[in-house]
Amino acid sequence: MSLIKTVTEKPWERKGVIGGMEPEGTFDTEAERVALTFFLVIATVIFSLFMVSYYIRMELPDWEPLSEPAQLWFNTGLLVASSAFFQWARNIVARGDSKNLYTSFFGAGVLAILFIVAQLVTWNHLQAGGFYLSSNPANAFYYLLTGLHALHLAGGLWVWSKSAIRLVSGGEPEDIKLSIELCTVYWHFLLLVWIVMFAVLSNT
Amino acid sequence: MAYVPLADQDQEMEMHHPHSWVEKYVWSQDHKVIAIQYGGLAVLTGIVGLVLSLLFRLQLGFPESIDFVDPNFYYQAVTMHGMIMVVYFLTALFLGGFGNYMVPLMLGARDMVFPFLNMMSVWTFLISVIILMASFFVGGGPTGAGWTLYPPQTTMAGTPGHDAGIILMLVSLAVFVVAFTMGGLNYVVTILQYRCRGMTLMRMPLTIWGIFVATVLGLFAFPALLVACIMMMFDTLLGTSFFMPAVIESGSPLDYEGGSPILFQHLFWFFGHPEVYIVALPAFGLVSDVLSVHARKNIFGYRMMVWAIIAIGGLSFIVWAHHMYVSGMNPYFGFFFATTTLIIAVPTALKVYNWLLTLWEGDIRLNAPMYFAIGFIFTFIHGGLTGLFLGNVVIDLPLSDTYFVVAHFHLVMGVSPILVLFAAIYHWYPKLSGRMYNETIAKAHFWITFLGAYAIYLPMHYLGFLGVPRRYYALGSTDFIPASAQELNSSITIAALIVGTAQILFFINIIGSLKWGKKADPNPWGAASLEWQTPDTPPKHGNWGDELPTVYRWAYDYSVPGAPEDFIPQNTPESVTPAASDEHIDTDKDSTLADV
Repeated sequence: MSLIKTVTEKPWERKGVIGGMEPEGTFDTEAERVALTFFLVIATVIFSLFMVSYYIRMELPDWEPLSEPAQLWFNTGLLVASSAFFQWARNIVARGDSKNLYTSFFGAGVLAILFIVAQLVTWNHLQAGGFYLSSNPANAFYYLLTGLHALHLAGGLWVWSKSAIRLVSGGEPEDIKLSIELCTVYWHFLLLVWIVMFAVLSNT
Repeated sequence: MAYVPLADQDQEMEMHHPHSWVEKYVWSQDHKVIAIQYGGLAVLTGIVGLVLSLLFRLQLGFPESIDFVDPNFYYQAVTMHGMIMVVYFLTALFLGGFGNYMVPLMLGARDMVFPFLNMMSVWTFLISVIILMASFFVGGGPTGAGWTLYPPQTTMAGTPGHDAGIILMLVSLAVFVVAFTMGGLNYVVTILQYRCRGMTLMRMPLTIWGIFVATVLGLFAFPALLVACIMMMFDTLLGTSFFMPAVIESGSPLDYEGGSPILFQHLFWFFGHPEVYIVALPAFGLVSDVLSVHARKNIFGYRMMVWAIIAIGGLSFIVWAHHMYVSGMNPYFGFFFATTTLIIAVPTALKVYNWLLTLWEGDIRLNAPMYFAIGFIFTFIHGGLTGLFLGNVVIDLPLSDTYFVVAHFHLVMGVSPILVLFAAIYHWYPKLSGRMYNETIAKAHFWITFLGAYAIYLPMHYLGFLGVPRRYYALGSTDFIPASAQELNSSITIAALIVGTAQILFFINIIGSLKWGKKADPNPWGAASLEWQTPDTPPKHGNWGDELPTVYRWAYDYSVPGAPEDFIPQNTPESVTPAASDEHIDTDKDSTLADV
């Protein structure tokens, strides 16, 4: 649907049913997908506002840059693998197949859980190294941003676990197809957020 | 999966049908019940806000007349009044209440897209209200930092509620944002995906356009509030210094250093300004529909109205720093925000002209909803004009901390939306309850509220010019404030007490009419939009009986030449009524009624 065409329509002139069975202007897609799109924009706004705050706060004199531990590269690898496994699962259900579905789908979830655990381990190492939350704004932002990202991933895992229960209790792959597709999009989004965040944290 | 009309999803609808009283009225997933839960809770919270305002008004008009209104309580009351009215009352009532009720009915849908999420939204809202109200009962009481919660004073000793009160406020706001996001996703997706057959975007009533754009604003603006709340909570609870600068409290330095209070102000107002339009846009939409119906004329310039709503929505994200002129900024920055602020007046003025032109030569029915709608045009023009003054940096600087600003924002985003709320409640009351309200009481309610509002806020402009500062517990004696200012303050308080008390009329009318009201016609105003065409009044669960409606025209076919009645419902096929453009006369009334 063309937005310009839609909002320049003259509704007082055109009468009758427009658009056959489907209301004209409705996106030809599932409501859940539209909702997820909006949610991704909202999440982007949240992360962007934190990033803007990060850059503004960075300019002030008491900022001492935090050198991020190398372990984060390993964690990034886990998240990339989780995203790749989700893509694999999505491709399987998209083909209408079910071979390797368990491996890919559960692999994706387990890798995501491992990522969160690894992030917590990194937090512990930083704490042990004396980089406390309140000792410097750079540290505070590190904990805040990574924590927020992990929380978003945990939210995704909640949806994942619901689908996992359905799958284990005998649900057909067709039933959770949409759920897997939307999770895949969400996982890729969180991977992208993480990469941007990691780049910003490492370079400042 | 392509679009499947909800009517075809029999199984699913069956599943959601309530089976017991609790399921029907408590854990309900019906958008109409949720709307009433949302609205009722918002109104109850609003009454708390109203009572608080009367208490601090008593202090201002008759200093130290009530024992417990000491300086601490005064600041707490002002703070809670502001936050309650803006967020928990107006936002929740317009979007949670009217959004929930109107969206599916006006679009010809059976319910929201995600009914369970919708139910979660209202219960989450309840939790946020409970947390907010809990702050009245904790040690130190609610926060008294002003509704803008500016750091650093928010969390420092000396500010009432600087320990538990502020934490509860921040948690409550964060929970509210979650509730709003769940509801907001529902409204937006329902409007985009669940319109009935023939309902194009440009055939939607302006109410829906207002709710739609306001919800999008809310979804993108509330995150700023959430971000600010989270960071302030870190500062307060975990000792970080996002916002807190190095500061000395009662002689000893605190642990904070280097934070930026201005950063908080940017985040807060990046939410705060769109918030004004989150409240205003649904009001614009609702009032457009009320005016059009009771003037028996199509809304003047429908497309312009839609574009203006979208333009205002877009512009509202680039004007936020006009709330911060007094915090000091680069002159070019101030110039930019003054310019955008004045530009936003253009689509807003356009809407005002269109309302007036809708009334022009209309067959105006002066029912109570119309009284309130016309009253809104008055207060909105007056409040809007003072906005043009305050948008300019040089005029804002001396006036910003005076009663002039209080008068401005109360007229433009307090009184005006509330008049629309009354208009809308009276207008849709017959559909909602199946009964008519009492017209005489409603009109008495209007005159007291409308004239009373002017008696309260017009003198405040003058107080502002005199330089009477806002936020002060007591004026004390100064050279520049004459003694007569105190008399003016007393008269304002008396007017406020009368207006506040007069709202009892509204509740008597609304609650009493449920029992004693005349049984309402399904479409007592002769309105064309879809919500008046439901098979049952009030609409039953599922709204439309067996078959979803089909829409053949826009929502504003009023006084069409040659039509048998002075309105043509949206679901009347074009074959049985003349087109608006030609003067073909078709008096085959039977077939018209059959299709209605």
